[in-house]
Amino acid sequence: MHQCSSLRFVEIGRVAFIAFGPHEGKLVAIVDVIDQNRALVDGPCTGVKRQGMPFKCLQLTDYVIKVPHSARQKYVRRAWEKAEINKKWEESSWAKKIEARKKRATMSDFDRYKVMKAKKMRNKIIKHELKKLQKAAAQKKA
Amino acid sequence: AAGEAPAPLRRKHDGGRTPSVTRHDYIYVKCPDVGLFFLAEGNCGFRVCFPPNTICVEKKIKERAPSKVVKTVGGDKNGGTRVVKLRKLPRYYPTEDVSRKLRSHGVKPFSQHRRKLRKSISPGTVLILLTGRHRGKRVVFLKQLGTGLLLVTGPLALNRVPLRRAHQKFCIATSTKVDISGMKVPKTLTDTYFKKKKLRRPKHQEGEIFDTEKEKYQLTEQRKEDQKAVDSQLLPLIKKVPLLKGYLRSTFCLSNGVYPHKLVF
Repeated sequence: MHQCSSLRFVEIGRVAFIAFGPHEGKLVAIVDVIDQNRALVDGPCTGVKRQGMPFKCLQLTDYVIKVPHSARQKYVRRAWEKAEINKKWEESSWAKKIEARKKRATMSDFDRYKVMKAKKMRNKIIKHELKKLQKAAAQKKA
Repeated sequence: AAGEAPAPLRRKHDGGRTPSVTRHDYIYVKCPDVGLFFLAEGNCGFRVCFPPNTICVEKKIKERAPSKVVKTVGGDKNGGTRVVKLRKLPRYYPTEDVSRKLRSHGVKPFSQHRRKLRKSISPGTVLILLTGRHRGKRVVFLKQLGTGLLLVTGPLALNRVPLRRAHQKFCIATSTKVDISGMKVPKTLTDTYFKKKKLRRPKHQEGEIFDTEKEKYQLTEQRKEDQKAVDSQLLPLIKKVPLLKGYLRSTFCLSNGVYPHKLVF
């Protein structure tokens, strides 16, 4: 069995990302477990009302806030803001990837052309530098 | 002479054809008791009796245009001349006076059709042509012509697309627009200007039925001038937008993972 110290567990205070449904794309905190399939969930700082939500649509993040089970919204909010979850989320690569995907989907034809040109130029520079290094290494060997 | 009936009108027959109308000098007759009444201009075939005291008035007839023309005819033993009627009778009389049309509501001829233009297409929009020899090329839309086709230009210097017509249905309208509000498109660019010239049909002789004249398109000076006039206004506007020139030079293509229904143009 491999050592997995960074397994994410469903626990009270676990911040989760809603993958689909009416609140798609928002973060919530798991406040209590209702039954095998549902959790009581609350997202005071992200605009999600306190409600039951199936685990299926929740994707666990790395963040946990310190909150007792069934804590009232006021305290969830307090804990959330104390942990600065929103800021941490924005800086995470998960959120950045989502943002990049959105931008790519709304690119116009002209934008795609500009991106192609930019990539081409960037790759040219990289290749150029690489070639230089390779040449230097080859010369050193000789 | 007063009181006397005018000479009886005689019917003139012309070899069985419709009798020609002879005009009489006495056209209308004044009668003091009855008033003025008209005599038939043509032939009555009967003797007209007038009440006493009628005064026959002579009227000057206006000279009518000739109804017949004598034309010379060539050939031997032909009589040399023919008498040709100038105003012929109709060769067909329909059985109904007003023909009954089939019931069709709002069926208009093409020239009166309502031309629509997609909301995404406005002057200055960059279009992607999908059909024709310029397929895949990105092109600037100038204006919609009378038949509904779109007037479009490359510009020629960028992608070899001249002033041309394009069909709205076979273009993708991108969201990229060039501001051509200050540009003047010559008024001479209409549908008739762009219409394909019909080649002269060879007469019914042998000798290469398939050898048609003007098979190839000939470039005229007029076209070159108009192209220059339009492009000289358009190119500086394009140069103002960074990378737009290269964009118009490139062609559109699909590749792996590119799905048209998912693309935003």
